[in-house]
Amino acid sequence: MKGTNGCADKWRSRLINPVLGKEFTLRMRTVRSMWALFFYLLAIGLLALGYLYVTRMSSSGANAFNPDESRIMFIFISFVQLGLIAFMAPGLTAGVISGEREKQTLNLLLTTQQSSASIVISKLVSSLSFMALITLATMPVYSIVFLFGGISPGQLGMVFLFYWFTMLALGSFGILFSTLFKRTMLAVIVAYGITLFLFGGTAFLYLIVSQIMEEMTRSSGGAPGDFGWIGHLLALNPGAALYSLFDPEMTRWVFRMNMGSGGSLSTGQPALQLWQEFLIIYSILIIAAVLTAIRSVRPRLNKKSKRA
Amino acid sequence: MKTTIRTDHEARAAAPAAAESPMIEIRGLCKQFGAFQALNSIDLVIPKGTVFGFVGPNGAGKSTTMSILATLLAPTSGTAKVGGCDVTRHPKQVRKLIGYMPDFFGVYDQFKATEYLHFYGASYGIPKAERARLIPQLLELVNLTDKKDAYVDTLSRGMKQRLCLARCLVHDPELLILDEPASGLDPRARIEMREILKELKSMGKTIVISSHILPELAEMVDEIGVIEHGRMVAKGNVQEIQSRMRVKRILQIRLAGREEEAEQYLGGRPFVNRILRDGRGVHVHFDGHDEEQSELLHGLIEQGFRIISFSEAQTNLEDVFLEITKGDGEGE
Ligand SMILES: Nc1ncnc2c1ncn2[C@@H]1O[C@H](COP(=O)(O)OP(=O)(O)OP(=O)(O)O)[C@@H](O)[C@H]1O
Ligand SMILES: [Mg+2]
Repeated sequence: MKGTNGCADKWRSRLINPVLGKEFTLRMRTVRSMWALFFYLLAIGLLALGYLYVTRMSSSGANAFNPDESRIMFIFISFVQLGLIAFMAPGLTAGVISGEREKQTLNLLLTTQQSSASIVISKLVSSLSFMALITLATMPVYSIVFLFGGISPGQLGMVFLFYWFTMLALGSFGILFSTLFKRTMLAVIVAYGITLFLFGGTAFLYLIVSQIMEEMTRSSGGAPGDFGWIGHLLALNPGAALYSLFDPEMTRWVFRMNMGSGGSLSTGQPALQLWQEFLIIYSILIIAAVLTAIRSVRPRLNKKSKRA
Repeated sequence: MKTTIRTDHEARAAAPAAAESPMIEIRGLCKQFGAFQALNSIDLVIPKGTVFGFVGPNGAGKSTTMSILATLLAPTSGTAKVGGCDVTRHPKQVRKLIGYMPDFFGVYDQFKATEYLHFYGASYGIPKAERARLIPQLLELVNLTDKKDAYVDTLSRGMKQRLCLARCLVHDPELLILDEPASGLDPRARIEMREILKELKSMGKTIVISSHILPELAEMVDEIGVIEHGRMVAKGNVQEIQSRMRVKRILQIRLAGREEEAEQYLGGRPFVNRILRDGRGVHVHFDGHDEEQSELLHGLIEQGFRIISFSEAQTNLEDVFLEITKGDGEGE
């Protein structure tokens, strides 16, 4: 009996390392987590109901909700959820390391046998698990959409995978700033600043640059030059990537600006869908952010041995 | 209340084969923060089993030295070895050997005392069964058994300090680095802390402990190092110092009249360093032993001085210590 016990123990300790276990326990014991969950569900629930109410009012008389409308509502809820994630992820992660530094518990943790990687990754995983839990808790809201049809479970699954990936990205940026900056305040501000740039800044830049490029090709008088490259700007934008998941035409539209002059899209297909490019770019950024965070949790001690 | 703490897990076996090497070996250690020189070429060797007291005023560099030993800070130059392992090259090995208690530390408020120790035990890779056996013993050692199920944020400061000490001990380290473990404690708690440290010493642990207050340390440590402005200004064996202190004494003599005359007479006697006179009598800084001291008294009486009292004054440990060991710290 002792043998099996030890074995289970070993497996458990391999899956849930001490830092992860601690993060789970402490997070679930704080009242703040409860409130976060509550307000998140309240926000998304209210927005979904509000949307229903407004559309019902406008489609006067018609009682039925057709699949097209339900699809639009699905897209609406999905964007609301993405917005909430963008709002939540930096806040949940930007304090995880600097918070321990400020509470003066970090030094104690750093003198244990836990590796920097296990500390950073455990904290990331625990924040992500909490966010995943919250997003899963919004499932009932989607049942409204399913009631009316127009959306397949597969699409819903894709959207949730996309959410989790976005959380991972925003979360790893948050952790990176949390390790780089001593103060949580600064880390939180920078994390939200970056998030704002990714959501708003890239879209804004895209619009500005496309305007300028259009002006330039028009004034040069010749055939519109191919400036489809500016579409890559939008590949940084989680919102645009999410939309391209619903509407494959989106990618072509984004990359083929010259359609404006001819009035029709050119026939070529973009090499990658916007969301695929998004996945690739952000995978690289996530790896870079996590590795940098791991390297900077502890002071670089062995610079001398490297020089030698 | 005799508690023995034994852990037979791998920590011991994995410890480097450096039985002969001293517990701590610091050579030419420097630390710079920008242009500020916090540590200036510190040399220090502490053998195993020694209790070493680190004394110095605020900002002298005690915590900086201790952080470097605890692998939390990279030295600018010089080397520091713990149990033969270089702190910058083998930090993981070093962390296994040390239990570090910082001057300021926080606790996870939402944990109960037992859970708190379980967490750190697990972080040192100690199996659950062993932790379950060990933690009650640790709580017993630091007198927190009755608080084992209390949430950490309900503990008083002194209790938190003791809990943190228990935390330092979960992985049965050979070396304890305690940065002002008694700061913020009331006199009674200080005595309790001292008792615990004595017990740890009897278990054969090497202890490095810092304080501003020399007398507080002097009675529980074997060796003392004084650090000022990042330099080791004095260093020595406490017993040696104390025996030399017995040589260095201040004599208080009260006379019924003829004080000025007595002052003149004493000024000409051997082993007399300095003489001060105030309303309470004559104070003589005396370098001699008991033998010479009785000679002095005998002489006074022979000269016909009428003595009311002749006694040794309490000497200021700090002053004497600094005077005796001046220069000893350098070049050792
Ligand atoms: N991270 C840092 N950045 C800049 N200066 C620092 C840093 N840490 C310490 N110092 C400086 O180094 C000097 C030594 O500090 P240290 O904390 O080692 O002193 P200490 O002997 O522990 O003093 P105390 O008795 O007040 O605890 C101080 O002048 C301090 O201002
Ligand atoms: Mg200090």
